[in-house]
Amino acid sequence: MDQTDFLEHAPVFQIKGSMVTLTTLELISHQLEQLDQQLTDRIAQAPNFFNETPIILAIDKRQDPATALDLPAVLNVFKKHQLHIMALRAEREHDIQAAQAINLPVLPPSMAKERPAASPKAPAAPTGLLPAKIIHSPVRSGQQIYAKNSDLIVLAAVSAGAELLADGHIHVYGPLRGRALAGVNGNEQARIFCQQLGAELVSIAGQYKIAEDLRRIPTWGAASQIYLQDQQMVIQAM
Amino acid sequence: MAKILVVTSGKGGVGKTTTSAAIGTGLALRGHKTVIVDFDVGLRNLDLIMGCERRVVYDFVNVINGDASLNQALIKDKRLENLYILAASQTRDKDALTLEGVEKVINELAEQFDYVICDSPAGIEKGAHLAMYLADEAIVVTNPEVSSVRDSDRMLGLLSSKSKRAEDGREPITEHLLLTRYSAERVEKGEMLSVNDVEDILSIKMIGVIPESQAVLKASNQGVPVILDEESDAGQAYSDAVERLLGKDIPHRFLEVQKKSFFQRMFGGKE
Repeated sequence: MDQTDFLEHAPVFQIKGSMVTLTTLELISHQLEQLDQQLTDRIAQAPNFFNETPIILAIDKRQDPATALDLPAVLNVFKKHQLHIMALRAEREHDIQAAQAINLPVLPPSMAKERPAASPKAPAAPTGLLPAKIIHSPVRSGQQIYAKNSDLIVLAAVSAGAELLADGHIHVYGPLRGRALAGVNGNEQARIFCQQLGAELVSIAGQYKIAEDLRRIPTWGAASQIYLQDQQMVIQAM
Repeated sequence: MAKILVVTSGKGGVGKTTTSAAIGTGLALRGHKTVIVDFDVGLRNLDLIMGCERRVVYDFVNVINGDASLNQALIKDKRLENLYILAASQTRDKDALTLEGVEKVINELAEQFDYVICDSPAGIEKGAHLAMYLADEAIVVTNPEVSSVRDSDRMLGLLSSKSKRAEDGREPITEHLLLTRYSAERVEKGEMLSVNDVEDILSIKMIGVIPESQAVLKASNQGVPVILDEESDAGQAYSDAVERLLGKDIPHRFLEVQKKSFFQRMFGGKE
């Protein structure tokens, strides 16, 4: 692949999900004159806040839903006050159609508690967490134990050359001399707890430290817990 | 039914065959009908250490292949009434052993004997696997140095997962640790792992500590199991180990540095 080919194939964009805080204006009534008047008053109180602010207009909470809404007219009122309506939050079919007619994006209605309470609550969804895997006998060199979707508890020694893997936490109530990898599926909240830290390697969600580094830590050989804080591995006496 | 006992280690040269010969002889001395089976096909050594190398006609592989009957292949020890040896083949390799063949021969031996001792080859491959597969008890032979201890640890893991007992979900193999070539002087100087270090790392019960001794080499070369050398410290330590294997609780000896007397220091004494 030569240079020009490479440039042609270089990505020109990437897609990311992100959360942005936006101001939502919930319309209670659509009396246009009142709306105009009250907007004027409110903007006078905090002109900087409203200056060119992108706003989501919510019309799903109106108290007069029976009367049809003249969407272009409402938008004109906002435009007059230099408020940019970037999307509409609507529920009723003809509101959605009206918005689509003027190329205004539509968001689904808010999930707030105004929704009918009658709908029975679905049983709590399984969290995907299984009971901890418990090992009673020593984990020997060359053995590998993986606790998928759960914590791993070892009540005996873990020898050098043995490997413990867990999607959750790892607890070792004997000397830990092998490798321990917690949160292997990327769970940064996972921790390693051990009675006697002598590990060849400890890792949390892919961040690891080897014995050479661990040896310099004051809790080497003692009861320790290992976790991630701001992407940094913390090793603490227990 | 006999107790099937495997002597294994992972690492080579730590004293498996010496131990098999000594423990087997010790059990026979105490009146138990014992057979020692050499699983080290291709590197036959047990017959040399037992001093019966000139009497090997048929071997383990011949019996598996049906070329000879078990009784034709069993070599009776000249010194002890209750002791037999089944030699390995020197001309074949480990692939000559099959699981079905080994199982058939060992089960047949188990009907005739009180103890079947399987002398495992080094490594963790087929030969070693077959030697320990049918075992009820295991003696893991370890030298007080890190590589040997790690290999023993690996072997202990295999004993608990790859044996017939583990596959059938029966009670696990009873594991015993035997530390050989132990030198209290070198431990004191910090050149060797101590008994406690090894016990701590492997966390299984110590059945015996055999001191480093000239007697072992001498016994091997003469084809006399070292346990028959009752004068030697190694012979006595093996006797103690056999007693512990049979369930006696006796204190370990030869763990401390022997203080030399004034005369020994003056005139050299025996090393």
